Order: sequence, then C-alpha cells, then structure tokens
Amino acid sequence: MGERQDPIVELEHVRIQFGKRTILDDVNVTINEGEFIAILGPNGAGKSTLLKLLLGLIKPSAGIVRVLGRPPRRGNSDIGYAPQHRVLEADLALRARDVVGFGLDGHRWGTGFPSHKRKATIDTILQEVDASAFAEAPVGQLSGGEQQRLLIAQALLSNPRLLLLDEPLANLDIIHEQEIVALVQGICRSRNVAVMLVSHDINPLLPVVDRVLYVAHGQSTIGTTDEVITSATLSKLYGSQVEVVQALGRLFVVGAET
Amino acid sequence: MFDILQYPFIQNAFAAGTCVAIIAAIMGYFLIVRGLTFAGHALPNIGFAGAAGAVLLGVDPVIGLLVFTISAAIAIGMLGKAMRERDIAVGIIMTFALGLGILFLSLYSGYAERVYSILFGQIVGISQQNVLFTAVSSLLTLVVLLILYRPLLFSSFDPEVAEARGVPVNALGLAFLVLVAITVSIAVQIVGALLFFTLLIGPAATTARIVQRPLWVILLAIILGICYTWSGIFFAANGTWPVSFYIATISFAVYLPIRLLSPLWIGQQARKNIATRQGTLSSGFQSGKDEQNDATKASGRVSGISR
Repeated sequence: MGERQDPIVELEHVRIQFGKRTILDDVNVTINEGEFIAILGPNGAGKSTLLKLLLGLIKPSAGIVRVLGRPPRRGNSDIGYAPQHRVLEADLALRARDVVGFGLDGHRWGTGFPSHKRKATIDTILQEVDASAFAEAPVGQLSGGEQQRLLIAQALLSNPRLLLLDEPLANLDIIHEQEIVALVQGICRSRNVAVMLVSHDINPLLPVVDRVLYVAHGQSTIGTTDEVITSATLSKLYGSQVEVVQALGRLFVVGAET
Repeated sequence: MFDILQYPFIQNAFAAGTCVAIIAAIMGYFLIVRGLTFAGHALPNIGFAGAAGAVLLGVDPVIGLLVFTISAAIAIGMLGKAMRERDIAVGIIMTFALGLGILFLSLYSGYAERVYSILFGQIVGISQQNVLFTAVSSLLTLVVLLILYRPLLFSSFDPEVAEARGVPVNALGLAFLVLVAITVSIAVQIVGALLFFTLLIGPAATTARIVQRPLWVILLAIILGICYTWSGIFFAANGTWPVSFYIATISFAVYLPIRLLSPLWIGQQARKNIATRQGTLSSGFQSGKDEQNDATKASGRVSGISR
C-alpha cells in the first residue's frame, strides 16, 4: 500500500449540470498522493459540488472521474469528508467522543458494543487533532474551532488517502484559523494523505498549499499559487478585469464581485 | 391501596403500558434528534381519522389506522428535509386528516366508541390478548430499532457525512417513520393518542437535558417512561381521574423544573471543560463567546479574495 503511483484524483473534461444550468465545465485535474490542494472561488461557483462529485453523491454530466483509479462511489473508506460546518445545538445530548465515533462505525448496522480497542482508537485520533482535553464535553458547548477538530478526527478514522474538507476555516478567528491550517498540514504530511480544502480565502493557506484549484463562472484552473492567483489568470477565468493586489504580505483579489 | 394490583385488568394495564413506554421512549429520542416531534404528535391524530374511516366502512379500525399513518409517514418522509418546511407539511397533512376524521364520524350514524377511545385511550380496559399482541409487536419493533440504531443515529446528527459513508440516509429516514407509524397504529388502540404522544416525547426530552450520551438518554428515558406509566395507572386506579391526565401531568411536572434548571449544570460542564483546557494546553483557547466575537472582527479582514 502507498507504493502505487496512481493519482489520487483524476478529472478529465468533467462537466456538472443541475438541470439546464451548467455548474462546471471541462474540469481537468490530477491530484497526487499527499498533495495539499486549496479549492477557491466565489460563492456558488461549485466548490462543494466538486467534493460531492468525488464522494459519488452526484454524477458528472460528461467526462471521466476517477478516485484512486476507480469511479467514485458512496461509502468509499479511502475518502475522509468533513462537510461545511453547521453550528451544533447547545443542548444536543452528544459528546465530542460520540461525534468522532461515528466516523469509526456509525455506518454499521446494530448497536455496537463498547470495547477497549474502540476507545483506544478514538483516543488516539482525538490526540492527533489535539482534542483530548474536551473528549467528554457535550459538542454543543464547544467552540467552532474545537468542533472543526472533531469533524477532522471523524473523517480520519477510516485512514483515508484523500481528505475532503469543506470550508473548515469558515467563521474562525485568525488564531483558530492558523491552528486548523497547521493541524491539517501536519496530518497531510505525516499521513501522506491528499487534502482538498475548500476555502474562500487563500491567505491563511499561502504557506502550506502545494497547488490551488480555482473555480469561477463554470471555469476552473489548477496550479501553484504563483501561477493561479495572478491578475492575468484570474481575469481570464472570470472573463472580466480582475486585479490581484499584494498588500501587508497578503493577497487580495479586486474586481471579482459576482 | 395496593389491592388493586390483584385485578387482572390492572395487571394488563401495567403490562401493556410498560411495553408501550419502552418503545415510545426509544422512538421519542430519535424523533427529537431528527426534529420530528411534531410528526410524532401528528401521526396519532392522523391515525384517528383512519380509524374513523374504517369504522364507517365497517372494517377493523386497525386497518384504517395503518393505512392512514403509513401513508402520512411516507408523505412526511418525502416532503422537505428542512425542519420548518417539513413542519408546515406535517401541519397541512394533519389538519386534512382531522377534517376527514370529523366527516367520517358525522357520516357514521352510530356511536363510534372505538374511535373515541383512540383519541383518549382506554388502557384500563384491555384484554390479555391485547397485552400479548402489544408485547410481541413491541419486541419486534425493539429488534428493528436495535438493528437500525447506529446508522440512524449517525444520519440523524450528520446526514451529509453518513450519506458519504454509504448510509442510505433517505431510505433509513423513511423506514424509521414507517416504523413509528406502525407503532402508533398499535399503541393508540391500547393507550390512546394523547398518552402515546406523552410517552413518546416527555421522557426523552427530559433525559436529554440530564445526561450527555445517546445510550444513557435512551435508557434513562425508558426508566422515566415506565415510572410515569406505573404511577399514572396506580393513581388512576385508586382515584377517579383518567390515566392519561395523570401520566401527562407527571411528565410535565418532571420536565418543567429540569428544563428551567438545566442551563445551570450544562453551563457548569462547559466552564469546567474550559478550565481543564486552559490547564493542559498552552495556546490561548477561549470560550465560545469570545470566539464568535473574534470571528465577527475577522470577517472584515477576509473580504479580500473572491468577493
């Protein structure tokens, strides 16, 4: 295992349509083992849709999709997925540990039985995402950053080779944002798992990403940050004048209102 | 005072009531976490209309109950996933069914005693055969619920991930509602719609505020449900007021103080957690409130790219 040189994800001329509306057209992407990819683009451009395509939850209207050399399918334990985060209710009778446990055996029939092995597996993963301190806390009482750690832990329990994270940085302040980015980078490198992380801001990810997949107006382009986040590339993608401005060590895209 | 326990009809009431209390507590927990409590209320009422229709047609009320509750369960399961949208659908379906029920009753010339008992229950008037039937069907329902337990829990809390992990989320939700419908059809004949709904929601809603694990919530809810039922039957047998009144009142009397006071201990747990975290971790964790404030500040900063 792990020696195969098969790409983790291959998309060839992929088109996604909902009814008559084309969300994405002619997507061509190859993602390799252990790569850290940021998926960027305006709201509604199809970032989350792309993840659902890889999960087998939606089908492409045209083109070829391969995950680990095979067509996407539901229940693929090679993929870990943390969907766009919603705020969990404060009075949910569910502990942090229970949420993570779903990732281990939530899909199996029956009630399951508590075992030392199960507990140890969950403890190890909680440690990996630095969540041991609040393992027994009710999830509703945890902050956004803490809940995000749990969702990542849950996604890791099947030892995936591809980790799909939908907006894990949304609604986090800058400190927690950096913590989550560092955590994901650590996981990506230590497990050699390919990460596709949807974000609306490249800046917190600038130091860590290998490549950027930018989607806008049904078009997409992939490359390093230097290649993609440029006035020329983004103007072409948006089909209108877009300026990338660097200020205070950060990148800003100007004129990309949608 | 305890002499009443010698009477067979009281024994029957205790036995059937216990079975219903157990199943209702488990189902109620799932209805609550799935945001379906209103559907839990509507199904017995819809069943009442079905029973009225069956009486009018001269067939066994249970057939009317099953037809109406199962069709309604399927309709509710297919309509709208968003809770608000679904509650509207449930409301519309229920009022339509109640309208039909009233029409059926007015068309029926006799006194439809069996239909009225579906609304208000007759737990102290059931036969041993009823008890056996309730026990067997409760056992079957319990087995199905245990089989569905983990994927149902997973898909209740995290439908997106569950679906990605291969859980048939939609089919499971539908199967659960149909199971509720069948249980309603059997239980309301024994205990009545009001009592069934009380045992469905009351215990689980209360225990979800006391303990933090799904399994404990369910086990404690079963214990509470049985306590409510037993004391309700006991009071009713020794007094003159109806069983449903006693059980509903006990349920309310227990829920109210716990609902009002639970912020105290739930808040305390959170504070304790934060204290532990600050002790063990060096970097600056803050309470959820602080984080929200910071997030609002930060949202001004991220307005750069892609907007």
